Amino acid sequence: MTAWLVRRVAQAAVTFAIAVVLMFALMRLAPGDPLSRVQESHPMSPAEMARLRRIYHLDQPIQRQFAEFVRGVLRADLGTSIEHGLPVTTLLAARLPPTLLLGGAAILLNFTLGLWLGVRQAVRRGSREDRTLTMLSLAGYATPSFWLGLVLAWLVGIELGWLPVAGMRSPLLAPDAPWSRRALDVTAHLVLPALTLSIVTLAGTMRYQRAALLDVLRLPYIGTARAKGLPERAVVWRHAWRNALFPVITLFGLWLPLLVTGSVFVEMVFAWPGLGSLAASAASSRDYPLVMGAALLAAALVVTASLLTDLAYALLDPRVRYS
Amino acid sequence: MNPLADALARAWRDPRGRAGGLMLAAMAAAAALGPLVLPDPLAQPCVLTCRNLPPSAAHPFGTDDLSRDVLARVAAGGRISLAVAFLAVALSATLGAATGLVAGYWGGAVDSALMRLVDAALAVPRLFLLLLVLAVWEQVPVVMLILLIGATGWFGTGRLVRGEVLRLREESFVRAAEALGASRWRIMFRHLLPNTAAPLLVAATLGVGDVILLEAGLSFLGLGVQPPAPSWGGMILDAKSVLVAAPWAGIFPGLAIVITVLSANLFGDALRDAVDPRGA
Repeated sequence: MTAWLVRRVAQAAVTFAIAVVLMFALMRLAPGDPLSRVQESHPMSPAEMARLRRIYHLDQPIQRQFAEFVRGVLRADLGTSIEHGLPVTTLLAARLPPTLLLGGAAILLNFTLGLWLGVRQAVRRGSREDRTLTMLSLAGYATPSFWLGLVLAWLVGIELGWLPVAGMRSPLLAPDAPWSRRALDVTAHLVLPALTLSIVTLAGTMRYQRAALLDVLRLPYIGTARAKGLPERAVVWRHAWRNALFPVITLFGLWLPLLVTGSVFVEMVFAWPGLGSLAASAASSRDYPLVMGAALLAAALVVTASLLTDLAYALLDPRVRYS
Repeated sequence: MNPLADALARAWRDPRGRAGGLMLAAMAAAAALGPLVLPDPLAQPCVLTCRNLPPSAAHPFGTDDLSRDVLARVAAGGRISLAVAFLAVALSATLGAATGLVAGYWGGAVDSALMRLVDAALAVPRLFLLLLVLAVWEQVPVVMLILLIGATGWFGTGRLVRGEVLRLREESFVRAAEALGASRWRIMFRHLLPNTAAPLLVAATLGVGDVILLEAGLSFLGLGVQPPAPSWGGMILDAKSVLVAAPWAGIFPGLAIVITVLSANLFGDALRDAVDPRGA
């Protein structure tokens, strides 16, 4: 197990290192100077421009720039945001918790709904309900998250007036209000963005759960359980589902890139103060150190999630460790 | 019968495949022919009195905040969105097939190097790869957008084709060709490539939906197709500020995206089950 773990962690580190090189190359592949776009929105004198170029090491040859960049990454120093004038790491750290809250809520909703509906589909395989659920989930998967977010904000938030549609906290609520009031306030703001994110990713969970349960239901021990006269509910949930839950774990690693991408759009639509909306506004304002920081963090999250998924799998299934 | 035609015929017999294929063809036809008969998508007939008009006989999808006809813009935007999607996916499929063939058949250090690169590229969500470039780039013309989206979409396809090649390379027909002294290139392009065509087509079909969503998302962020050229994502961005006054300006382009992506995915699913019946 230790040898497997060491190998897997080393592999993740190599993947991340190559991704860092790739991102730097991609950014510098674009023609022109990253700061020339900044000039358009913030006119500067040549002397100021030269100073800025020195600060961002852009007056150095490309290999020196790369060395500076790698040194920065190793020291967790990702430079200074052009737009905000603050260290990129400070900005990212401040925006990470809301994104984790939103992503966590979306995953929780996605798995709760997806596993339950997937099981229903497998049990009623081929029925009208099975086909309808498949079509609905595929329609969800085909829906742009930003459009679904806007439609929900318009219908549920504005026309019906049930839920807030912008931000994470109500500006009218006093900051020293009892924590239960504040928690309720954040939850109300969380519902629509989390629902949007989970709807567009629901199809995969349902499909995986349906296929996994169908595989298990074919096995002889299910026939035995039925022959013992167990009620169908016990056969499905107690005997079959436990074993069919297993392949679904791998989905977590698969979903993370989708959630990170989706959060860019959903956070922008709902003005959620997370990493996604930060990355979107950084790209629009050509704040390249901040975009790079957000992309690095996204890659780090994806590599870590895939590592944790493999680890969970290896802990649950000894066969993985020896292969 | 060759496996590709066989798979297409079987996908066509699948109700999902037929519905998806027909809907996709209808959307493509509407995008290709619509702009010929519809009003100019950039025209602003009257500035004050026909802003944000609800759907009517004259404007079936209503008008937007700049008094432009929404139906004409959805059709013209469809031209751009579908063209970007098909060309970018064609580029991704070509790059993925080439990489997969080389990695799978060459093997050894070439294979390891290419696959490490693919692993690393897949670790960065595709949207962020594109944000990195688009944040620095000056003005991005549509051709460059196609190249960028295509160039960031082949990693998964490369891995898929490599897997197929690894399986095929041990088959007797490849062994026979090697024994007859066929060159590496001949084996790769005449023997291996045609046999990966079916899974490649499945990946490409499913990729069309992804790219339409990606391009719409970039345009929604203001980084994709640049105004005043109409695009589905850009129209939704414009409609965001008149969400309550003119919801139709955002609803119709969104529905166009949903229908197109859903059709492509339904057809792709049917095709996948036709190529590999185990998943059905």
